[in-house]
Amino acid sequence: MADDDEIILSELPDDELVLQMHDDLYDGLKEEIEEGTRILLDRGWTPYDVLTKALVSGMKIVGDDFRDGILFVPEVLLSANAMKSGMTILKPLLAETGAPRMGKMVIGTVKGDIHDIGKNLVAMMMEGAGFEVVDLGINNSVEKYLEALDSETPDILGMSALLTTTMPYMKVVIDTLKEKGMREDYIVLVGGAPLNEEFGKAIGADAYCRDAAVAVETAKQLVARRHNQPGA
Amino acid sequence: MSGAALPSLQPVQDVSGHARLADKILLIACGALAREILDLKEANGWAHLDLQCLPANLHLWPDRITEAVAAAVQQYRADYAQIFVVYADCGTGGQLASKCAELGVGMVEGPHCYSFFEGNQTFAARAEDEFTAFYLTDFLVRQFDAFVWKPMGLDRHPELRDMIFGNYEKLVYQAQTEDAALDAKARECAARLGLAYERRFTGYGDLRGALAALAPPHHIP
Ligand code: B12
Repeated sequence: MADDDEIILSELPDDELVLQMHDDLYDGLKEEIEEGTRILLDRGWTPYDVLTKALVSGMKIVGDDFRDGILFVPEVLLSANAMKSGMTILKPLLAETGAPRMGKMVIGTVKGDIHDIGKNLVAMMMEGAGFEVVDLGINNSVEKYLEALDSETPDILGMSALLTTTMPYMKVVIDTLKEKGMREDYIVLVGGAPLNEEFGKAIGADAYCRDAAVAVETAKQLVARRHNQPGA
Repeated sequence: MSGAALPSLQPVQDVSGHARLADKILLIACGALAREILDLKEANGWAHLDLQCLPANLHLWPDRITEAVAAAVQQYRADYAQIFVVYADCGTGGQLASKCAELGVGMVEGPHCYSFFEGNQTFAARAEDEFTAFYLTDFLVRQFDAFVWKPMGLDRHPELRDMIFGNYEKLVYQAQTEDAALDAKARECAARLGLAYERRFTGYGDLRGALAALAPPHHIP
């Protein structure tokens, strides 16, 4: 967006500043996002409000425009970087201020696959929604997933795959969980461009999520449902 | 999209008369394979094969491939004895295969062109040890800037390189042809991406077999 008429962030009223931050996030302007984050905190906003109203809702616009083919990979990366820099400021404060805790997720890209842009975005948006996220990175074998499930005891296991050759590995992981009688202990979410709903069902995941926004909504719903179940 | 950069294709409309077309098989192919297909066609004298290409940059939006291929099949099917789709799965997650089956047309086997150029079996066998490789074909070496560098934003934001390619170790140039200039260019691409370089001659791999199997349609006597 136009930055020729120098906009002084600190002079904007809250509502305009938030909209400006959405624009800056869209344009991947890291420093502006850091500045806006600090200004809102100084004005007495709770870290949780800054996160959800300024950052997460801005990133949602980026996600929607990627889905609709308006933005492509580099723009998403730049926006994600900008959001991350805001989150770095907010993260320590969120814990202190008793922001809502939604649950915990372990997420990783499956074995043989080193695509991680989408997985990172999901991890970030889940954090933004109040989930604690443990990111196992790329190329994860069944053993690595199991180890993390064991040590982290998350509510949710998330797996990402972008290759037709690696997506079947998700079933290997789920089948192993079944064999060990652990499948019902976790909500399993899967995603990645070549996947679809049918595939998610066929391999026995709880849900396939088309994008990060859907992942967040689905995770919230399934966690809530689990907590409402008697004996859960 | 650089449709203009593709070698000259044969527009179906230019081929005269339905009778002649009915003798032919139409290949509906990814633009990234145009030159290779025309080369195979010429070398083998496969005059019964016509070619129509879809934009190569569809591979950046695999969710659009199935629909685009299906539309092309519908557009041309009345004119040809047979249609064959020269795409692999290409990230459609099996959707292209289902669609082709539904439309009654064949397609190339395998996950993507990097696999079928190397030969699907060889590629699969090697995959485990080579998952940190980034592949370039002749097409991608020629079109590196248009199909890798720019779409990944590296012309505008070189700082993204390590976020995108940080987990990769080597660039493998799968050479379809012997061409020293392409070898040199591929080596330079590897350097630009900060990756080690390896050239591997593959020729046309399984693509040759897939097209050779398309026997000329016969007239009903
Ligand atoms: C960017 C990209 C790359 C980058 C990866 C950089 C990186 N650090 O990740 C580079 C250029 C390095 C690359 C390499 C390769 N790629 Co690539 N790549 C892509 C591309 C264009 C976009 C993927 C992407 O990052 N999208 C952006 C993010 C935001 O979207 P996303 O990943 O879909 O994630 C969203 C959702 O899917 C979902 N989601 C994702 N994961 C998860 C997980 C959970 C738990 C949930 C709930 C949701 C979820 O939410 C995300 C956010 O909204 C796709 C095509 C496409 N449009 O999908 C090809 C594509 C995936 N690549 C492909 C191929 C073939 C390769 C290579 C083999 C190519 C080569 N020349 O060597 C190598 C693979 C190497 C390997 N071993 O992994 C093919 C796969 C074909 C197939 N049959 O499987 C594709 C489909 C392109 C194509 N049609 O040819 N690639």
